[in-house]
Amino acid sequence: MDRPALPYDEMYTADGHVRPHYAVYSEWLTQQADDALRRKRAEADSLFHRVGITFAVYGEEDGNERLIPFDIVPRVLSAEEWRRLADGLRQRVSALNAFIGDIYHGQEILKAGLLTAEQVLCNPQYRPEMQGMDVPGGIYAHIAGIDVVRAGAGEFYVLEDNLRVPSGVSYMLEDRKMMMRLFPELFSLNRVAPVEHYPDRLLENLASVAPAGVADPVVVLLTPGAHNSAYFEHAFLAQQMGVELVEGQDLFVRDGFVYMRTTQGPRRVDVIYRRIDDDFLDPLSFRPDSVLGVPGLMAAYRAGRVTVANAIGTGIADDKSIYPCVPEMIRFYLGEAPLLENVPTRILRRKDDLAYTLAHLDELVVKEVHGSGGYGMLVGPAASEAEREDFRLRILAAPEKYIAQPTLALSTCPTFVEQGVAPRHIDLRPFVLSGREVTIVPGGLTRVALRSGSLVVNSSQGGGTKDTWVLEA
Amino acid sequence: MLSRTADHVYWLGRYAERAEELARTLDVQYRLSLLPHERRSDAVGWNIVLHTLGLEAAFAERHERVEPHWVIDFLAFDAANPSSILSCLRAARENARAVRGAISSEMWETFNSTWLEARAQAPSRFTALNVSEFIDWVKYRAHLARGVVLASMLRDEGYHFMQIGTFLERSDSVARLLLIRLACEAAAAENGATVHDYYPWSVLLRGLSAFESFRRVSRDSVRPQHVLEFVILHRHVPRSIYRSANLVHENLQAVANAKSGETERRAGLLHSELRYGTLATLAPQGYERFLHDLLARTADLSDRIGRDFLGHVT
Repeated sequence: MDRPALPYDEMYTADGHVRPHYAVYSEWLTQQADDALRRKRAEADSLFHRVGITFAVYGEEDGNERLIPFDIVPRVLSAEEWRRLADGLRQRVSALNAFIGDIYHGQEILKAGLLTAEQVLCNPQYRPEMQGMDVPGGIYAHIAGIDVVRAGAGEFYVLEDNLRVPSGVSYMLEDRKMMMRLFPELFSLNRVAPVEHYPDRLLENLASVAPAGVADPVVVLLTPGAHNSAYFEHAFLAQQMGVELVEGQDLFVRDGFVYMRTTQGPRRVDVIYRRIDDDFLDPLSFRPDSVLGVPGLMAAYRAGRVTVANAIGTGIADDKSIYPCVPEMIRFYLGEAPLLENVPTRILRRKDDLAYTLAHLDELVVKEVHGSGGYGMLVGPAASEAEREDFRLRILAAPEKYIAQPTLALSTCPTFVEQGVAPRHIDLRPFVLSGREVTIVPGGLTRVALRSGSLVVNSSQGGGTKDTWVLEA
Repeated sequence: MLSRTADHVYWLGRYAERAEELARTLDVQYRLSLLPHERRSDAVGWNIVLHTLGLEAAFAERHERVEPHWVIDFLAFDAANPSSILSCLRAARENARAVRGAISSEMWETFNSTWLEARAQAPSRFTALNVSEFIDWVKYRAHLARGVVLASMLRDEGYHFMQIGTFLERSDSVARLLLIRLACEAAAAENGATVHDYYPWSVLLRGLSAFESFRRVSRDSVRPQHVLEFVILHRHVPRSIYRSANLVHENLQAVANAKSGETERRAGLLHSELRYGTLATLAPQGYERFLHDLLARTADLSDRIGRDFLGHVT
């Protein structure tokens, strides 16, 4: 892809004009004094603290939860941009669900030679326990968080599919609530599509995949507990959906069914929205040292007596080594041309890709296949000579563990930082719900790299969040 | 409701109430220590407080002798003392956080901001030297939290378990407050001090926000026996032991399950004894004995509720 001198800016065209869908906001922004904005930001911080919208940092004493920085300048998408993006997301997630179903059944895609058996079946994310098992509606990734960036002249690229336990949706909702509280006037000036119905959709979606024959399913949200970094989100979603927030110790399996311990005795559970990784779900099937899970859960699941969302084994489709094949999957399962682009990816187990990457380390981003959260990653142009040398050795030791991608000039969005409003790089994670139908609330979580020039938007690496507006036509 | 959720809400009620009751206990003792006649027996009084609260040993580990301002600091602010007011505010907040999805957002925000503010201000604004200001603040935050619970919490099982926790704790604390007073007065009499009953017992009533009520409904003078009767048995005094027993019983009935019959019977028995008994019939062997029995029965109810509802194992 071409790399223009300046990255695509969401608000301004290359020659400095305000894009039409930002016109109203931009005019409002020019009328605000920096001091007033600063006060609003301080107000937001104190509200977030009081409401306890915080995340625990591993290794820090509890009670010291931190805020994810919130930026008061929204990221705005036009109705047309959103329509294109949403169509592409629906298509992509449908194909990914079809892929997972295929892998755990007939494996047609392997027979067709689009992927090798070794690539899939020897992948640690492949769960043999799922082979041949039917899941309600054939849906595996009920909740998907697809990371999208804009680069080049503003084209959308999918950076990563998150199909296991994607998080962040609570920030989408809380950021909107905060914006409406801080700047109510903006919402009468702009027709911003609402997102507040997400928990309602989520509940509907979860109920729609209950085991066959259950009329009024009991849904619960399974959390690792209050010390987990995403605990706020778990509690928030359970509360908004009106379902019990359970820990592993609250559930048990008897006579093949899953029950929760209540003050009135055991109560049956039909759908488990789990926010625990596969490995910890059932000590009888996976990690025997897990104290977070429920012994016997896997057997009840296999017998079709409880639905687990997302299904076990979805990691096979969001693995970075599988990612380059998603466009092929879309053609294979849906017979359609992909609407969203993949970032061109080099797979370092391939000799020529490896040679190219080692020769161009200073231009590329190298990622660990199984890494996440911005850990285990080299941003070539930003790294020092020593860091690149260190990474070269790590790659040579196990090339199959790495992929490489061009350093995308991620789009920028005006952001309120210490010096005032300045462009910062952003990405976007919309949340795609699959059940009887595929739905997406208009928006998502926009993450922003607050340090000037930084491309890393992860909250563990100093990233912040922004409210994401989709304007109605 | 999940047993674990009920457990957290129950302890939320207990810790929030404990913080407030401790502030009131501290308030009484501190005010009395400012009266001229009490000065001599200062250390004795604080020792009795520590002993009655079961904190004598824990205090001895932190301090070599009983100095009033050390005791105040230990009871109000010491993070190493799990029973200090600050620790209780934190425990209440942690229990609220564990079930923030099951209580109202306003409740969670109230308990959260109480803790955040206490943590931020305790080292500078609040100290042992101006503990009265801290006590007033704790009471104010407790009133606020009570109002938020009243106005925003669904009257489901969680509400009942929180009430049970609150009133078991209150009954326990008020009984201890009376025991402290009886022991202090006995110690003073032994030392040959001639103290007018009015001071210690009116300060106790004020500590329970009950002095004006006492004046309005009782024509008795402020004498130990009158105050004890009023604080233990009066039906309309918000902090009376009778009223706590009544509310424990009532809320327990609202959550009854197949296992809880015996627990309910015991709570009902306590309730009706206090309802129809007199001090003469209830405490034939003295007030101390009666109050100690009451503490044991409160502890028994707490254990039984844990087993019947909250998933505790014996």
